[in-house]
Amino acid sequence: MVTGGVTKFAKAHPSMDFRLMVKRAYDYALKDIPELTADRIDGTRISYFSDHFTRQLKAASMVQDYLGMNPKGSIRLEWGGATGGECFQAAYEAVASGRMDICLAAGFETMSRVATWKGNEFIALASDTNFDFPLGGFYTGYYALMVVRHIYEYLRLGKFADVKDEREAQRLAIEEGCRVMSLVSVKNHLNALHNPYAQYPKRLTVEDVLNSEMISYPLTREQICTMSDGAAVAVMCSEERAKEFTDRPIRVIGVGTGTDTMRLADRPFGKVPLMPHERARDYENLPYPGVHSFRAGRAAGLEAYRHAGITNPNRDLDFIELHDAYASSEIQTYEDLGLCKYGEGYAFTERGDPFLKGIDYGFPVPNAGAIPVNPSGGLIACGHPVGATGLMQGVFAFWQLQGTIAKHFGDPALQLKNPKRGAIHSHAGTGSAVTVSILERGFR
Amino acid sequence: MRARPPTFDKFRDVQAELERTGAAIFRDTDGVESLVIKFPYQINYIHSYAEDSPFFLGLAEGKLKGSKCRRVKCGFVFATPRSHCMVCGSPTEWFDLPLTGRLHSWTTCHFGSEAFLKETPYNLALVEFAGVGSVLLARLKDCVESDLYVGMPVEARFDPNPKYSITDVWFVPSG
Repeated sequence: MVTGGVTKFAKAHPSMDFRLMVKRAYDYALKDIPELTADRIDGTRISYFSDHFTRQLKAASMVQDYLGMNPKGSIRLEWGGATGGECFQAAYEAVASGRMDICLAAGFETMSRVATWKGNEFIALASDTNFDFPLGGFYTGYYALMVVRHIYEYLRLGKFADVKDEREAQRLAIEEGCRVMSLVSVKNHLNALHNPYAQYPKRLTVEDVLNSEMISYPLTREQICTMSDGAAVAVMCSEERAKEFTDRPIRVIGVGTGTDTMRLADRPFGKVPLMPHERARDYENLPYPGVHSFRAGRAAGLEAYRHAGITNPNRDLDFIELHDAYASSEIQTYEDLGLCKYGEGYAFTERGDPFLKGIDYGFPVPNAGAIPVNPSGGLIACGHPVGATGLMQGVFAFWQLQGTIAKHFGDPALQLKNPKRGAIHSHAGTGSAVTVSILERGFR
Repeated sequence: MRARPPTFDKFRDVQAELERTGAAIFRDTDGVESLVIKFPYQINYIHSYAEDSPFFLGLAEGKLKGSKCRRVKCGFVFATPRSHCMVCGSPTEWFDLPLTGRLHSWTTCHFGSEAFLKETPYNLALVEFAGVGSVLLARLKDCVESDLYVGMPVEARFDPNPKYSITDVWFVPSG
């Protein structure tokens, strides 16, 4: 990867349609490496999630011609919430296979053109329309079902295993789970105070998060990402070409994808695919994945780590930009990606491992800096224009590894010290599809 | 000739104007003006339940139909039916699920898609059945958020005026 660009994500960009948003991100990316001109680009991979939001089918063709890319080759990609992550990998594959020397990945979404609850309806159409959607068709409801079970498996049967009264034990477990989820929300909103691209940067307390509007029990508004308008682009090229454009290229050293059933109700009870640091005896009585964990995330992580030669993600990665559509799914994903064992996500959060050093979160984070997760603010604070989101993560990770955060954010606070390797993680509806890509600094 | 639509700096004012007259101009912080119009978008989709049809016809008869893999060595049992086994790919056969189960997980939705907003708050539940390898998503009625817990026994109720929708069945607390 040699350059990238992102538009500021916003609730609505009425003065830009999807073509102009992509153009702005694209112009920014090309301005960053003036030696790269449009004629050098061999082709494109373009992603957006929903024709319902765009009310323009084949919108990728209109991006292609707005950028002046015709008659070069292009493929449109769609994979629910993981659309942007898939586009990132498709551009990587176009170059890695030798099909192209230079490939542009571009993604966008314009979600503001319908009212919020209509937008929720469009998104919920990405659940089974026979068995799921007619019941209330609501993604926050689905993630709430998942986290209630996650809390049951790991807090009720863990920290609160000794509480005799079943209902009291579950009540205590949910209270505890919500408190820890709020720490994630505080982290991501606060990190975003230093990210000018973010839609909802703010300083919150745990109480603010817990007391915000209940959307689907136990998830409150501040634990949930919002809909956004936005675009992002990334340019991939072969190693030989990369040197012509930048002395700070970033290498993509691992890609992984995983899938699971569309319906939550179909998730079977089997065995955990193990990470190198886990043993079968760790999970003897754990029905997996059930609805509490994302098997697709585990599969994507395993493939990407194997590809990149990573055996211990905490040691081998310096940061992760992961798909925190919900504070709950960020904690679930720590476990899927092997940052801690299944069941340890809440304790891992409380210890502070995924927090940034040097930022005052308003509560103690003893292990801050161990493996920063969503230093940019993630989806919860940056917004989630679906087709752009996975590419946004790629661009933020790229700048992080280049050491150019201060230049692009106009603020050095989020720049990690000398990061060598990072991961990006993109996730589709209830974990039905996940991509993980590993990026590494390609210069000394 | 039509008079130029009114201009607004706030997008919600634009949306209100669209409801009134169907057109408005939005001016952003850079002074850029964009014409915004109301563009209705409705469809009646001709939806076939196809191979899932027996399940929905069953609901109208007060039956919950699951499916079971026909291959003896597999025999996986699905609460949410499918006509071919997800584990081994063999055809499945229909069977009647018990009408009682337990909550595998639950939530109370205080918001929902536009189509369901007027029904909020409503409960969603994943229901597990003894001896069945997957679960079923359904509404849960006659109870409130504070009543609910994982493992709670529930039983099925059916709409006496079926609409041929998954909402023709719901669960209530047992007993």
